[in-house]
Amino acid sequence: MSKFRKKKSGGQPAISTASLPDIVFMLLFFFMVTTVMREVTLKVKVVTPKATEINKLERKSLVSYIYIGEPIKALQGQFGTADRIQLNDAFATKRDIIPYVEAERENTNPAEVPMMTFSLKVDKESEMGIVTDVKQELRQANALKINYSTGKTDKIVD
Amino acid sequence: MARREAPEINAGSMADIAFLLLIFFLVTTTMDVDGGLTRKLPPPIEDEMEDPPEVKQRNVFQVLVNSNNDLLVEGDVMLVSNLREAAKEFIIGDPTFQDEAMPEGKLTEVPILGQMMVSKQIVSLQNDRGTSYEMYIKVQNELVAAYNEVRDEYAQRQFGKTMKQLEKEAEVSKTAELQEDAVKDVYPQRISEAEPKNIGDQ
Repeated sequence: MSKFRKKKSGGQPAISTASLPDIVFMLLFFFMVTTVMREVTLKVKVVTPKATEINKLERKSLVSYIYIGEPIKALQGQFGTADRIQLNDAFATKRDIIPYVEAERENTNPAEVPMMTFSLKVDKESEMGIVTDVKQELRQANALKINYSTGKTDKIVD
Repeated sequence: MARREAPEINAGSMADIAFLLLIFFLVTTTMDVDGGLTRKLPPPIEDEMEDPPEVKQRNVFQVLVNSNNDLLVEGDVMLVSNLREAAKEFIIGDPTFQDEAMPEGKLTEVPILGQMMVSKQIVSLQNDRGTSYEMYIKVQNELVAAYNEVRDEYAQRQFGKTMKQLEKEAEVSKTAELQEDAVKDVYPQRISEAEPKNIGDQ
């Protein structure tokens, strides 16, 4: 009668879990290989806009990032809400761009310097003024290959 | 001689350890594919550079964006969603190059296709310092999309392949590479951004 009758010992044998560690290890290695640790802590809020015509960035080691946006909430008391540039781990001004480009070049294999890309991660609510300034500085530094970091979407809306 | 068997190490906790690590990497991993619009900046201007060559009005597709994120295309207010079609029409132009409102043609040597008339089109983009970045990217995106679509249509007509297919085949085939170059030469991507005007430097 009872639904919870004890199973007879001669029932189905238990499924062997011996291969469980193997499966888990496989997943583990997958995530270990694909994971990219974020190397900088963002001090500015960056929500990139969306676009449809995206080129993938290859060779991550040849990409340097420039972040632009308003300071994150915790730092707004100190730095205000005007858009700021962040290079590496610190706030910067547009005058720091050229030294930054030089430093990034120093860290790169000389043969690969022409392939270096500067990726602009800019918050979508930023104004173009500061972006234009950065672009002008990059031109001065002869870093002409840039990439406007964007998310992917299927359709642009007005 | 009977060998004493070494006692087996209990591997039961192996799964736990692996799970722990797995969960750590699961949490820290960010699956974002880093991508965006790749652009090339013009080289810096030198002071002693002579005046740039005059460009005829009919060869220029003028796109202006003001600080209120309004779009003005060739003197008319336009929505971003209509920009792609307008730009495509301009880039393709008039096949006979007789139409006064459309860009002129120029005899150019193109791989595979030989000498042919190529449109002298230029897209000129100018924005205000107050334009939002989101709007700027939308406009850039639509202009790049217009070029890509025009090229795709042309490649499809001439070679029966899309640009993506040609690009893929170019890695192994010389013909595909030449075909890709040919399409790019027929419709070169010329998006020119005006030198920013500095009013009230900060």
